[in-house]
Amino acid sequence: MVKKVEVKNLTKIYGKRGPRVKELIEQGKSKAEILEETGATVGVNQANFEVNEGEIFVIMGLSGSGKSTLIRMINRLIEPTRGTILIDNQDLMGLDKKGLREVRRQKMSMIFQNFALFPNRTILENTAYGLEIKGITKAVREQKAHEALELVGLHGYDDQFPSQLSGGMQQRVGLARGLANDAEILLMDEAFSALDPLNRKDMQDELLDLQAKMHKTIIFISHDLNEALRIGDRIMIMKDGVVVQTGTPEDILTHPADDYVKRFIEDVDRTRVLTVANVMIRPNTVNIDKDGPRLALRRMQENEISSVYVVDSERKFVGFADAKDVIKLIQQGSRDLKSVVQTDVPITHPDVAVNDLMDQLSSTPIPFAVLDDERQLVGIIVRGAVLGAIAGNEVTQ
Amino acid sequence: MLVLIDKLPLSDWVNSFVNWLTQFTGFFNGITNFIGGIVNGFQWLFDLLPVWLFIVIVLGITYYATRHGKKWSLLLFELIGLLLIWNLDYWRDMTQTLTLVLTSSLIALVIGIPLGILMAKNHTFEAIMKPILDFMQTMPAFVYLIPAVAFFGIGMVPGVISSVIFAMPPTVRMTNLGIRQVPVELIEAADSYGSTSWQKLFKVQLPLAKSTLMAGVNQSMMLSLSMVVIASMIGALGLGTQVYFAVGRNNAGNGFTAGLSIVILAIILDRITQAFNRSKRG
Ligand SMILES: Nc1ncnc2c1ncn2[C@@H]1O[C@H](COP(=O)(O)OP(=O)(O)O)[C@@H](O)[C@H]1O
Ligand SMILES: [Mg+2]
Repeated sequence: MVKKVEVKNLTKIYGKRGPRVKELIEQGKSKAEILEETGATVGVNQANFEVNEGEIFVIMGLSGSGKSTLIRMINRLIEPTRGTILIDNQDLMGLDKKGLREVRRQKMSMIFQNFALFPNRTILENTAYGLEIKGITKAVREQKAHEALELVGLHGYDDQFPSQLSGGMQQRVGLARGLANDAEILLMDEAFSALDPLNRKDMQDELLDLQAKMHKTIIFISHDLNEALRIGDRIMIMKDGVVVQTGTPEDILTHPADDYVKRFIEDVDRTRVLTVANVMIRPNTVNIDKDGPRLALRRMQENEISSVYVVDSERKFVGFADAKDVIKLIQQGSRDLKSVVQTDVPITHPDVAVNDLMDQLSSTPIPFAVLDDERQLVGIIVRGAVLGAIAGNEVTQ
Repeated sequence: MLVLIDKLPLSDWVNSFVNWLTQFTGFFNGITNFIGGIVNGFQWLFDLLPVWLFIVIVLGITYYATRHGKKWSLLLFELIGLLLIWNLDYWRDMTQTLTLVLTSSLIALVIGIPLGILMAKNHTFEAIMKPILDFMQTMPAFVYLIPAVAFFGIGMVPGVISSVIFAMPPTVRMTNLGIRQVPVELIEAADSYGSTSWQKLFKVQLPLAKSTLMAGVNQSMMLSLSMVVIASMIGALGLGTQVYFAVGRNNAGNGFTAGLSIVILAIILDRITQAFNRSKRG
């Protein structure tokens, strides 16, 4: 395995740092003790780790444990107090301003929690930013940016502005900006944390798909264990600026290094009793106020399903329509989709615990419709997905 | 304590400093010629334009600036207002005032924006500049007339210079503020992709500071307009001179009409610069 990134003794002290702080760090004193004695905040305390080429390396920890500080030291957005960073065996700390800029341009792209898109630039111009500052000609960089946008599934938004896009789409642009640059290393600081559960899951899948094609080296920060387990090849857990454990997801689950890690795993699960919102998937819908039977059939054919959910213009739930009824309707030459909508569908709410649903779930063949407080259709529950999620949840306990 | 000491010779010190400065006549002549050139250029242009063409141009600029939200009432106001000024026989005075305002705003912009950028990029410089800006803006504007006359004589040029000093602070302040208001994450994004300082400035910071910066420019312009009457005391010609004369002759009617013309000009300048600010995309 080729080492892409190597970090040795990387330390960041915020606030006043005298020789005393250095002494205390070397004595292995904790963040709290050092703050107590000197008033300095330890951001990261002598972190050591390596990231291999082509892997997704997830850094986890509670808020304030130093994750953002650490990832920003890897491209020196935050200047380390001490320590070494090697990228492809090149010492980053030895570089002057110009050398550092070159490394940032060629090797690393960063993707941010709140997307950090430039509001005054179009989607295409945002995506092309990295190429633009490298001095690539307009035609070439727009071509590449366009390709990157296609890659993350954004068609036809080139000339819009970030404020016109939803959060999930904005982060696709953030990802495209990173990919357009052709950097080998992606630094992602809680890149999906600002997204709602369904979008987050989509983006995780998207990232895994892309990774299968592109084999980037990805350093990904998360505070969500399930996310880490899902996408991480290896996981590193931090506490109070210190690295507590590094290993594969399997390692971490089976041999937690200490009580902190154990509790961390348990905490995450306990607060995350599986709810309907965690396991629901996106439904295929037609709009009763607008769409007719032919469109309904088309949608079913496209998605290879035998029924489709029916909502009104406000996404309020109406019922579902079965393929054979719709076909009959078309053969009769009727356009009245309403006449075949069935309303006897099991219904549930996003906050319901999945366990409470298990009995009903095994007795009805039709997926549950998940309606929020406004009776809008936000998702559906199919049996397979639930069983998978529960199995996953039990293993982590 | 201070009452026990003799009166401090503060004013003597300032006087001797000003006297000492007057020996650099070559330097001050250079500035006078430069600013005089700009003033003459504007005035030449305005004298060349017939009244109707001038009005058409103003309306055209307004039409362009408000293209995203038409304001017919503003166009109408401008038409009537300018015709009124012409009818009152203040046309040339108005163009002279406009020359003074445009010249000093232009100079305030060219000096003020770089100063604001420096302040945003350097904490020490910001700490030094802040009290200076406060001082410049709170010192009674009349006081600037004295050294301006000492160095530049009387006429348009010392008028421009005292307006620049009085009107520049908002441009500097708002440039600084606008750049500092750019969200940290966007600065990090620009840095993380390897932008140079200049690229960051021109591609991220200034575009995002633009509307704040333009608000500062608008304020500077209004302040320099408020200097018009004061500057007329040292021979800067224009509507201010008419007001000044009217005061001297105790002629309330003329004072009102000249004052009204200043107000009309102020509203036109204010609305046009604001409209340009709003018409940004995104
Ligand atoms: N600019 C800063 N100045 C002082 N302390 C900071 C600064 N940034 C972060 N810290 C402190 O460093 C520690 C680590 O913060 P951070 O890296 O943001 O953690 P995380 O991303 O894991 O939530 C925290 O105690 C935080 O308060
Ligand atoms: Mg963070």
